[in-house]
Amino acid sequence: MLFKTILIANRGEIALRVIRACKEMGIKSIAVFSDADKDSLHVKYADDAINIGPALSRKSYLNMERIIEAAKDAKVDAIHPGYGFLSENSDFAQACFDNDIIFIGPSADTISRAGNKSAARQTLIELGIPVIPGSDDIISSPDMACDVADRVGYPVILKAAGGGGGRGMRIANNREELVTALSTASGEARIAFGNPDLYLEKYIENPRHIEIQIFGDNFGNYIHLGERECSIQMRYQKLIEESPSSFVDEPFRTRLGETALIIAKAFNYTNAGTMEFLVDKHKNFYFMEVNARVQVEHPVTELVTNVDIVQQQILLAAGEKLKIKQSDITFSGWSMECRINASDPNENFMPSPGQIESVIFPGGPGVRMDTHIYTKYMVTPFYDSLIGKLIVWAKDRPSAIMRMKRALAEFEIKGIETTIRFYGKVFENDLFQKGEIDTHFLETMEDK
Amino acid sequence: MGEKTYTITSPVMGTFYRSSAPGEKALVEEGQAINSADIVCMIESMKIFTELRSEQSGIVKKILVENEDPVMKNQALMEIEPS
Repeated sequence: MLFKTILIANRGEIALRVIRACKEMGIKSIAVFSDADKDSLHVKYADDAINIGPALSRKSYLNMERIIEAAKDAKVDAIHPGYGFLSENSDFAQACFDNDIIFIGPSADTISRAGNKSAARQTLIELGIPVIPGSDDIISSPDMACDVADRVGYPVILKAAGGGGGRGMRIANNREELVTALSTASGEARIAFGNPDLYLEKYIENPRHIEIQIFGDNFGNYIHLGERECSIQMRYQKLIEESPSSFVDEPFRTRLGETALIIAKAFNYTNAGTMEFLVDKHKNFYFMEVNARVQVEHPVTELVTNVDIVQQQILLAAGEKLKIKQSDITFSGWSMECRINASDPNENFMPSPGQIESVIFPGGPGVRMDTHIYTKYMVTPFYDSLIGKLIVWAKDRPSAIMRMKRALAEFEIKGIETTIRFYGKVFENDLFQKGEIDTHFLETMEDK
Repeated sequence: MGEKTYTITSPVMGTFYRSSAPGEKALVEEGQAINSADIVCMIESMKIFTELRSEQSGIVKKILVENEDPVMKNQALMEIEPS
């Protein structure tokens, strides 16, 4: 039975995205908001909105008790957690279950098993899935970190156990850097995910980041929606994503897709998820992690497959069987997304909060804007710097690049610094146009 | 602010933290001697942590903001008496 009411435990553009899906499905949407977000668009667009506390995330958007209380007061059937915040927190998924609220995502058990990097690694190694060498467990001390690093060899990378997106991530080239990085990465992880735990991996140099979107229903059916190429990153934060990837041909897509589904089955995965891989230039691929939630970059997959990922999430959470079969999934054209961040490319991508004086959005054929900003909107320093996503679709990659350049040129935000103009340079770049990219592309773009 | 005082300011609008991670002890206390390049506090803006380092050696004369207070860009955070 489909839901009557859904509470969206998130903010910003993804809250809007879920509200839009709800409206198109005839479901009542309830927003939650912190004191800093009372003028935000998700509050305005939702059918109802509940204040859940002060600006600091851990007092509002990470405050499980308060959100569950709001959900019970509003008598909602389900909670959509969006991405970030509580979306990959198994305690929250369990708390929803315990209160007879459906969590729109995988089960608490799956989140916890997929999120437990050591157990997950072990499971996947036994299944013959290639993984990156690293710590089998959460790093419990600087000594342990150094021991693992000595075993796998420097450089190494620290990653947050609680979630992805570059938060709590640090590279260390030697023992001294590692010890310092442990403390900052752990602090960052605690703020971002409410969980300070870190693990450590050997750092694979010059890889591509390629991920597979999957769906699973409650009846053991699985499909994948092909790949997303997310190699254009700055400090492990994705900035530009596309689907398909110019590096992935049909046989390789099938291999990656089938691997992703083996991983999904291993975790009894239900709902939407993403399996992330690092891929080297020889097409060797290593499983990185499961993102047990909707991704920021989900729209590029939506535009090439014509599947509404958020609506599918809602249907699957409501207990529907997957109506789409693998053979129904076809790929049409090319889609690209630019994450519009309130950060200053000329100041080393320093955050740039402040009030937006004016904004002119791009439009026209093949252009989609997912954003919560508007003229005079105050971009506060309390949350992520993502203020919107510009997504284009066109018949092939060269046309998508031309369309993105055109859309970026139309896009104007005054009052704060953003990444808009910087992206113009990326799309002009010869190597980018040829699809010759890896996760270090941006760091060295100016030299190329 | 005396001529001899060196002031540490925030490079960005954000939240002021006295320790490198919640629950850990403060990086510096008033009256403490510090060396040039020591980390004295953290600013969190948009989930990015920036470590602020003193450009001079000296004594932490005064901490002007409370832990977890919101701060504006260029706001004075600490006064250092150079040694």
